[in-house]
Amino acid sequence: MSPRKRQDPMDAVPDAARAARVRLRAEGLTLAYDGTPVVHALDLDIEDGTVTAIIGPNGCGKSTLLRAFGRLLKPAGGQVLLDGRPVHRLPTREVAGLVGMLPQSPVAPEGLCVADLVARGRHPHQTWYRRWSREDEAAVERALRATGTLDLAERTLDELSGGQRQRAWIAMALAQETELLLLDEPTNHLDLAHQMEVLDLVLDLHRDTGRTVVLVLHDLSLAARYADRLVAMKDGRIAACGTPAEVLTEKLLREVFGLRAVVRHEERTGAPLVIPLSRHEAPRPAPARDAATDAAPPLGDPV
Amino acid sequence: MGESGTGAGMSAAVETGTAGRRAERGPGRGPVPGRTPLRAGPVSAVWRPRAVLVPLVLALLLAAAIVVNTARGTSALPLGEVAEVLLGGGEDRSRIVVMRLRLPRSLVGALVGAALGLAGAVIQGIARNPLASPDILGVTTGAGVGAVTVIVMGGAYGSVSGPLADVGIPAAAVAGALLTAVVIYLLAVRRGLNGYRVLLVGVGVNAVLASVLSWLLIKADIVDAGRALIWLNGSLNGAGWDTVRPVGWALAVLLPVALVLSFPFGALVFDEDTARGLGVRMTGARAALLLTAVLLTATATAAAGPIAFVALACPQIALRLARTGHPPLLASALTGAAVTVWADVLARTAFPDIQLPVGILTAALGAPYLLFLIVRSGKARTS
Repeated sequence: MSPRKRQDPMDAVPDAARAARVRLRAEGLTLAYDGTPVVHALDLDIEDGTVTAIIGPNGCGKSTLLRAFGRLLKPAGGQVLLDGRPVHRLPTREVAGLVGMLPQSPVAPEGLCVADLVARGRHPHQTWYRRWSREDEAAVERALRATGTLDLAERTLDELSGGQRQRAWIAMALAQETELLLLDEPTNHLDLAHQMEVLDLVLDLHRDTGRTVVLVLHDLSLAARYADRLVAMKDGRIAACGTPAEVLTEKLLREVFGLRAVVRHEERTGAPLVIPLSRHEAPRPAPARDAATDAAPPLGDPV
Repeated sequence: MGESGTGAGMSAAVETGTAGRRAERGPGRGPVPGRTPLRAGPVSAVWRPRAVLVPLVLALLLAAAIVVNTARGTSALPLGEVAEVLLGGGEDRSRIVVMRLRLPRSLVGALVGAALGLAGAVIQGIARNPLASPDILGVTTGAGVGAVTVIVMGGAYGSVSGPLADVGIPAAAVAGALLTAVVIYLLAVRRGLNGYRVLLVGVGVNAVLASVLSWLLIKADIVDAGRALIWLNGSLNGAGWDTVRPVGWALAVLLPVALVLSFPFGALVFDEDTARGLGVRMTGARAALLLTAVLLTATATAAAGPIAFVALACPQIALRLARTGHPPLLASALTGAAVTVWADVLARTAFPDIQLPVGILTAALGAPYLLFLIVRSGKARTS
């Protein structure tokens, strides 16, 4: 990350204060599509150098909130502050230099090759006559290497598998080299191994360069493993917010997701593990199993 | 950013294909495969051999078309003689024939084709749809309604009276195209411009205008209707220097504008969220590009009538020749020019007895080639 993108006013702030510096803040944020409110008067602070995962059932407004953070959606009420300044009054280009965004289902021309796609991430740093500077080149190379897409650089998007495609898009967001990264379901279309690698990569970025990351994730156990902080949303409001252990409780899963689940703790890391229960299963799996409970119920048998 | 740790782990998981070996080929290619740098002072770009070669070859094809087309006529000139005149030499008699009488026809063809190719590339790129071209969206039909209104209403029996003939038709065509574009814009704009919405509205507007056009033709007397039909098929007949000048000026202004706007254009080919995330001021950039495209279409249509197929197919031909992700602007303009003039050559060679409008031939010439390219590429890309 180049130091010049640091916000100047903040350089005067003592280190202790900077540690808890708020990069993104939602203040009484109400978001609506065509007059229908989706997010209601929401308050949320994203602190510098943290990884925050937003979780919640489908349609709870997670992606909408992320879009508002990325200046893609104008608030119907309240505001989003980026480093203390209202994000919707900042020039698009300036925001693009600070916040990188990977939308949920991005679209690109199918004939575009991976290198060109990733290079497009440099757009906020370019002008019409300066389209491929050394910095651009270095940033794109880093992004390709980090996501393991360097070997795919000359392939076109329509030749890629879903996972390769997703990594190319992540590389594009990385090439933007912003201090803040907003990723909407970055593990979409990926198998478990690639999901882990993408999230490991996010963690690397966070640890090596102190980047602030906000991601929307569906896999609760993975969210708990990789995020410092979980934000659980329901019906456009924050249902719970805190460390993974604080947020991921059986009670919350029932209330927010309507999900019957058992929460265990991973032995080494202590991270909560969510084990969802099928409605074919007893509410509490017995610790000592016998043959009767182990046997799967016959398919199609009404319970 | 980390080049260490899991970066290596991730690459190991990648299924490496032939691209992996290609990437290691030789120095001087830059660290990012496929994007060799080209830099001079603050100016930088990516060196793409095809981005230079394709326009170069197209320009040669265009030059050849102009020479061949200029040689054709009631008294055919040898090709060498034409080339000599065009390079500044030649006999006086040939000079008069070439420069005064025959060259304007080819120049109008080239300029009009370039304008249509460029306009089509811009609109297709923004709408992310190869069907989105000024012909489909109704901009061309709008220009047609404007012109035919003047032809049918403005003149008495067979000729538009007096100076109205020179100014009236082009001005009415430009006005019609602009008015159509404004109507499409107002109907389609909704929290910014959505690519598909523009396309759907455009198809609707086109249908309405087409029926207006039919009504005008039915209402007109037979001679006016005949003249209108020839104009509506796109014709270079009777094009002189007074036709060249306005198109030339329009292109001299709009082509550089389009090339500067090709920078935001590069981000506009993505979905709206991605493009805005890249710092593009969506509505402004898109409106500027669309206005440029509409003005190009209007000028071209005013000069030669709505020449079919060029705006629709030439960007797609250029896209496949240049192998870029979206229609390349310069190559599309040159493809449009070359296709239009060669179509005129073909029209005049194959049917020397009748003045066949060039618009009929552009479709006949361009369509098979586009089909060939699509079939050869193995899969029909959608943009």
